[in-house]
Amino acid sequence: MSEHHKTMTFTLIVWRQKGPNDPGKFETYTANNITEHHSFLEMLDCVNEDLIKSGREPIVFDHDCREGICGMCSQVINGMPHGGEKRTTVCQLHMRTFKDGDTIYVEPWRARAFPVIKDLVVDRSALDKVVQAGAYISCHTGGVPDGNAILVPKGAADEAMDAAECIGCGACVAGCPNGAAMLFTGAKVSQYAVIPQGRAEASRRVKSLVTAMQECNFGNCSNHYECQASCPKGIDVKFIARMNREFIKAQFA
Amino acid sequence: MILDGKCPTGPIQQTWDKHRFDLKLVNPSNKRKYNIIVVGTGLAGGAAAASLGELGYNVQAFCYQDSPRRAHSIAAQGGINAAKNYPNDGDSIYRLFYDTIKGGDFRAREADVWRLAQVSNNIIDQCVAQGVPFARDYAGYLDNRSFGGAQVSRTFYARGQTGQQLLLGAYSALSRQIKLGTVKMYERREMLDLVVVDGVARGITVRNLITGKLESYAADAVCLATGGYVNVFYLSTNAMGCSVTAIWKAHRKGAYLANPCYTQIHPTCIPQAGEYQSKLTLMSESLRNDGRCWVPKNKADLNKHPNDIPEEDRDYYLERKYPSFGNLAPRDIASRAAKEQCDDGRGVGPGGRGVYLDFASAIKRVGEDTIRERYGNLFEMYEKITAEDGYKRPMRMYPAPHYSMGGLWVDYNLMSNIPGLFVLGEANFSVHGANRLGASALMQGLADGYFVIPYTIGGYLAGVKPGQVTSEHPEFRKSEEDVKNSVNRLFDIKGKKTVFEFMRELGGLMWENCGMARSKESLEINLKRIPELREEFWKNVKVSGTGSELNQQLENAGRTADFFEFAELLCRDAHHRNESCGGHFRVEYQDAGEAQRDDVNFAYAAAWEFKGTGKEPELHKEPLKFENVHLAVRSYK
Ligand SMILES: Cc1cc2nc3c(=O)[nH]c(=O)nc-3n(C[C@H](O)[C@H](O)[C@H](O)COP(=O)(O)OP(=O)(O)OC[C@H]3O[C@@H](n4cnc5c(N)ncnc54)[C@H](O)[C@@H]3O)c2cc1C
Ligand code: FES
Repeated sequence: MSEHHKTMTFTLIVWRQKGPNDPGKFETYTANNITEHHSFLEMLDCVNEDLIKSGREPIVFDHDCREGICGMCSQVINGMPHGGEKRTTVCQLHMRTFKDGDTIYVEPWRARAFPVIKDLVVDRSALDKVVQAGAYISCHTGGVPDGNAILVPKGAADEAMDAAECIGCGACVAGCPNGAAMLFTGAKVSQYAVIPQGRAEASRRVKSLVTAMQECNFGNCSNHYECQASCPKGIDVKFIARMNREFIKAQFA
Repeated sequence: MILDGKCPTGPIQQTWDKHRFDLKLVNPSNKRKYNIIVVGTGLAGGAAAASLGELGYNVQAFCYQDSPRRAHSIAAQGGINAAKNYPNDGDSIYRLFYDTIKGGDFRAREADVWRLAQVSNNIIDQCVAQGVPFARDYAGYLDNRSFGGAQVSRTFYARGQTGQQLLLGAYSALSRQIKLGTVKMYERREMLDLVVVDGVARGITVRNLITGKLESYAADAVCLATGGYVNVFYLSTNAMGCSVTAIWKAHRKGAYLANPCYTQIHPTCIPQAGEYQSKLTLMSESLRNDGRCWVPKNKADLNKHPNDIPEEDRDYYLERKYPSFGNLAPRDIASRAAKEQCDDGRGVGPGGRGVYLDFASAIKRVGEDTIRERYGNLFEMYEKITAEDGYKRPMRMYPAPHYSMGGLWVDYNLMSNIPGLFVLGEANFSVHGANRLGASALMQGLADGYFVIPYTIGGYLAGVKPGQVTSEHPEFRKSEEDVKNSVNRLFDIKGKKTVFEFMRELGGLMWENCGMARSKESLEINLKRIPELREEFWKNVKVSGTGSELNQQLENAGRTADFFEFAELLCRDAHHRNESCGGHFRVEYQDAGEAQRDDVNFAYAAAWEFKGTGKEPELHKEPLKFENVHLAVRSYK
């Protein structure tokens, strides 16, 4: 319980922006009475309660599951998407990783393809558009073979799963100096390319996804690998290489 | 009134096939003339929208998140059941049906449960075809694990992220239809009203959460797949945005709400660490395959490091009480057992509210690597939250609100008592009775979405002319006006307490007096306190900002207002049900700690009709008949 723990105080420097056309600015707040067990978002909840009570506008931020799986939370903390703890989303980041008295910068994802909506909330619909372009297997509801009719070697199933763990938060884009969505798209391409069910459409898929990526204003890849470093699920850059291979193969298909 | 679930009769094995054949069909070229609204794009709504779009209907789908991929189905960890019998361990459709009826403590409809068990196998095939990366063995075959309440291994899984993978499968099918133009997706919209014209569901009013604009949409049928309501307890395993709002608004417009008191408390969640806490995190039931629950036998050992407590001083209470199911006893039973140990003063951790879930013997048996492969992400999650290493010392667990078996009343076709209003997934009340077995919610969501609604909605639409009512109808203007007024009312209060403070207080009352154990007295306290607190809310809540912008305070205030009305109904339902069954445990009705059902007086679904805020709702009963599984005392001993 909280009484057993000493409390900490932080200075927060938070990006506030009223709307897409507002230039936005940093504002400073104090977070009081925070314990090591507070998650980062619970710390922000406390700050917001104080703001509301003193008649000021609370900080708006996206969040939902608060257990690191929905991909809704999206904040750049001290310059790093999700705060830079290994394999951790903001909602799972705990205040025990900070020191009492720290000053913490909080900003929204910044990328050309993700316009700011308000404060820390951005528009990530570009990621959905990439998926709509063909990140699926075009099967119908019903009329499919038995689950064991087509065997999937364990290695392939595991690799597909490694790619499919992506939570679509967009940290890879926010972390990339070019605002590229190569890791996100590469993971989608690979997830389907490595299993037999997905092979039939592999070349069509990779071509449409790459086109969609460009149309959605995502940048190009120049091998910084910041995407992998930012990814809260540890998605591997090898999937970008795989996408590039699939793309080249598709040109001759 | 006696309600009729319109269940087909005859031998149970043939009910669904026969019913499917009897349903009227909509001619393929006519389908595009029909508009269907689907609210919610989790497993149930996502699968429904994709399948209906593919059939050729015009679908409009809505969710409150920024993408359909983020519905709370994403958080399901453990797995999904199916009666495939791949392990050759004696499973069958009949056994899955039987286990589900029994697991639900004989409070669900047989026909609905049979259908669920029957289509469970199609779900696995469907998901595999979509590319869902289920766990496989080295030969490439699908792998299974065990879940509570079953003695066979029928749970399919994708590491500890089964819900995520199934949802992404449904989302990929949905995305394909969006691209094809059969489904129009509206994200960041919250449904705040159901539009009913001449007794028929005709559309919805939503708030655009970015601009604040109120928008209404008309259709020939409305499907709600808006998930569960256990955030009425404030602290639960649900996502922050999960609410009762959509189904409550439908309830206010005449839809009956059934069995709201059937709520599931999940036995293995990470215990609360402090007041400020915003949610509780579940640790999948699958962990009980390898984890053993225990508390110290002696209170004197409570402050010792668990690894220093010798074997003979540990009470493996589930293995002791339920030798044949052991650690895999169903959830309601495992939760109550944990509470019992803690009430006895042998709970561990802060406040004495915790039990150990210990992996030491499994690690010894199969090695840490195997355990890591099975549950790695769960151990990681546990460590992030508690800063403790579950491989090195037992995890600490405590039960938490998790799932709602109750929901809007639907007939066998998943249609509510309002014609044209269908309800899918966790939002309806249909198959889990008074307790849901693990890995059955994912199964139900996908069954409803992929394999039930595509047929049953056709049966309804075949009988109605498309496009009879458009959003020009005055009822739509009135609905928008009503929503606008209730939004403005919240801003006008300008009180002193925040929405969170009210919600925490309401949740506290619900957990204390209507949680794992309920009594006539505790429920009467709530029936008095909730209306008082609700009145205070409407006088003293503080909502700042405006309605014409992204305003999360306003969203939370609206949801809380609905929880306040709903909480009273939940308690009333619990108060009227003078028996214990499944997740509904009334301390007056027990036999040495086991739930005591009253089949003579309570073998019915309780469907409540709204009569006005603070007014007594009217109870309608749907009698439950058990012709295949005989009513018996549920035993897991
Ligand atoms: C942590 C956790 C673990 C679980 N693990 C398992 C498991 O291992 N196996 C299992 O079988 N089950 C599990 N469950 C249960 C299961 O995940 C859910 O019951 C199921 O996914 C619910 O699916 P759904 O489609 O009905 O609702 P949800 O997935 O909750 O979707 C609700 C949808 O409705 C939308 N919505 C809600 N309200 C509104 C509104 N007013 N306006 C517009 N849109 C709205 C949301 O945006 C969302 O799209 C778990 C649940 C939790 C919380
Ligand atoms: S809130 Fe869901 S991942 Fe952070």
